[in-house]
Amino acid sequence: MTPAVTRRRRSWFSRLLKEMRHARFTAWFGVLVILAYAILALFAPQIAPYNEATVAGQPYMAWGGHFLLGTDQLGRDVLSRLIYGARNTVGIAVITTCLAFLLGGTLGIVAALYGGWLDQLCSRIVDVFMSIPSVIFALLFLSAFGSSIPNLIVTLAALDATRVFRLARAAAGNVVVMDFIQIARVRGESAVWLIRREILPNIMAPLIVEFGLRFCFVFLSIAALSFLGVGIQPPTADWGSMVRENAALISYGNITPLLPAAAIALLTIAINFVIDWYLYRTSGLRDER
Amino acid sequence: MNASKSEPRQKGAPLLQIAGLKVDGFSDDRWHPIVKGVDLRLERGEILGLIGESGAGKSTLGLVAMGYAKPGCRITGGSVTFDGKDMLSLPEEELRLMRGSRIAYVAQSAAASFNPSHRLLDQTIETAVRHGLLGRRLAAARAVEMFGKLRLPRAAEIGFRFPHQVSGGQLQRAMTAMAMECRPDLIIFDEPTTALDVTTQVEVLASMREVVREFNTAAIYISHDLAVVAQMADRIMVLRHGIAVEEAPTRKMLAEPETEYTRSLWSVRAMSQAERPETDTHLSIEGLSSGYAKSVKVLDDVSLKVQRGRTLAIVGESGSGKSTLAQVISGMVPVWSGKMVFEGQVLPSGFRGRSRDLLRKIQMIYQSPDTALNPRHTVEEIIGRPLEFYLGLRGEERDRRVVELLDMIEMGSQFLDRLPGELSGGQKQRVCIARALAAKPSLVICDEVTSALDQLVQTEILKLLDTLQQELGITYVFITHDIATVRAIADQVVVMNGGKLVEQGSRAQVLETPQQDYTNLLLSSVPEMDPDWLTRLLAERRGGAIAAAN
Repeated sequence: MTPAVTRRRRSWFSRLLKEMRHARFTAWFGVLVILAYAILALFAPQIAPYNEATVAGQPYMAWGGHFLLGTDQLGRDVLSRLIYGARNTVGIAVITTCLAFLLGGTLGIVAALYGGWLDQLCSRIVDVFMSIPSVIFALLFLSAFGSSIPNLIVTLAALDATRVFRLARAAAGNVVVMDFIQIARVRGESAVWLIRREILPNIMAPLIVEFGLRFCFVFLSIAALSFLGVGIQPPTADWGSMVRENAALISYGNITPLLPAAAIALLTIAINFVIDWYLYRTSGLRDER
Repeated sequence: MNASKSEPRQKGAPLLQIAGLKVDGFSDDRWHPIVKGVDLRLERGEILGLIGESGAGKSTLGLVAMGYAKPGCRITGGSVTFDGKDMLSLPEEELRLMRGSRIAYVAQSAAASFNPSHRLLDQTIETAVRHGLLGRRLAAARAVEMFGKLRLPRAAEIGFRFPHQVSGGQLQRAMTAMAMECRPDLIIFDEPTTALDVTTQVEVLASMREVVREFNTAAIYISHDLAVVAQMADRIMVLRHGIAVEEAPTRKMLAEPETEYTRSLWSVRAMSQAERPETDTHLSIEGLSSGYAKSVKVLDDVSLKVQRGRTLAIVGESGSGKSTLAQVISGMVPVWSGKMVFEGQVLPSGFRGRSRDLLRKIQMIYQSPDTALNPRHTVEEIIGRPLEFYLGLRGEERDRRVVELLDMIEMGSQFLDRLPGELSGGQKQRVCIARALAAKPSLVICDEVTSALDQLVQTEILKLLDTLQQELGITYVFITHDIATVRAIADQVVVMNGGKLVEQGSRAQVLETPQQDYTNLLLSSVPEMDPDWLTRLLAERRGGAIAAAN
């Protein structure tokens, strides 16, 4: 009896640590990179030497001296803007992706669980959304309601939620026909229990993979919208717009404009390393017996 | 033996010889031995029965005889010699020419083995035509002849149908015709009748046996049902964990099995508990009709009574409506007309109209424990949930009760943390039973709970259910197609056919003195542990038909 009790009291964190001890190198690398980004984003004002909007020197100054990575076209410190960019770009992308999954995932599972007219209604609305090219739709929405960060988040989340809905509905559709769902229903369980405890754990793998991909796509969408002038507004630092603003430097053999792009690439790779490891853990070790 | 009556054997030159065969299978990131050194010898025209539980290596062995290792399997030792050729060293090209023409294979699920978008005849003659053994027209004529020999109705036309347009039994016979098309020397039958109803099984078995004997084809007949194998085979080999446990001529094997394990293979048949005394009515069903989607009627005017603390077995073949009846009682399928009275109160149609306490009292155990358990929940969560949900148990009290229930199903607390994927089939079904018991039900519906399990495990589960009933006084409604199970556990029996109730009464009445023709047919179709059973049954039926004609 006692092992049952102590076992359940073991904290989520200590389980994670135990997991990590057996993780492969790539997983460690991914986790460390993500942690580094998170720290940069959270403590940007403390870490960055200058404010993201401060014009601290001459335009286009070389690397070294006061400005470790030089200055941009207005004389702002590139390093500081990179650090603030982590906060803005990653922060917005995380919120947007989470919102998209909350909305699309929930509706998708509900549609699969109840079927009938509810499913029809949700699916047709999603079809309508998906039939319009997403950039055009975002442009339309943002020019109508003004391009503020909350509007940007809601727009991108709504657009991405349609893709998540499709995936969640398809994955949940395979699960809801199983006997254990019927057993839970006949037991009298509520819809919340069915979704959270019976269905969600079984469709976690595809959803997590999709989360990693969607997260990266949101980056690109923000960068694209910033390029079109309706995304994150200056002087707020954002990796997408930073690439564009300093693009001219590339012709002089200066790689400064590529730094924000590299920041995006590194985070993308790190996230996918962690997801690969998660998938290996869930499918390889526990399932195939 | 029958084989000796046919052609004289070529002494010393067996058709198939397998020696010291070892096969590994890949799972959990490493190779495990599946077949651990099996010797096998098959003469021309001889039929060998291979019998054993799932995972014993029967199917693997059958395929290796064709020089084929399933994906995820590798042959690590031994030799396979077919008609003087070493099957393990022949190039793939030559093996391909031999498969289908000299060695043929009949799979368990004909429905999954036929291509749904081609006509039966085209698929039957495909191998012969593509190997260039027969011209198209000759092959078709031969196929039609074989359809006739296998007693398929309208042999000349049935080949133009698509697989979904014929029944499961007919499909299995068409597959046998396909295997016989090139007049092979050896056919591997891999559980060919397992998916069929008993009444269909008799016909398929009879026609298969006749054809194989007529053309003096050697065969390996793989099955988990000893009674079925006994009708077909001259010799039987019992496999367990990849080792040949026992091998003997059929009659000898049945009369005096040497090992304890072989005897245990028909242990369910030996089980029979005493009939419990009559009690008051627990659940009564009156004039019940029901079905799916408002138009497909499955149950037609069914009336029956279940007595408290006793076991009612509902017997019938697939499509008889017995599973639907279970679903109507548990509230998953609504009632169209008629009523159900449970513990003196009218039982609302549909589970949504029932109180939580009513839901608690009627629990159901499903046929397939694989899909009845959430693969992401641990054993503890699965058994603990009804305790929290119905009885409001929390914390230590709940934990203690979970362990108690695990003890009841003869599993210990070391299983608490396991996921269903880490349990065997029998253990999973036990967990399902514990989950049902956790709710403290008064009525438990068992829907084919043993049919997905091996014989030995079946016996254990049935014994467990019986013990629990004696301890807790639970009423069982036991849905099954297996007469041996009925004999083992039922007090009352209801026979269903085509959504209607055919016959009901006490176990003795229904099984010993059946009143209805259908019950008779059903009971007589159950294979018996007697190699002459099929021959005798066919003779009796033929005699009956002649008498009826006169």
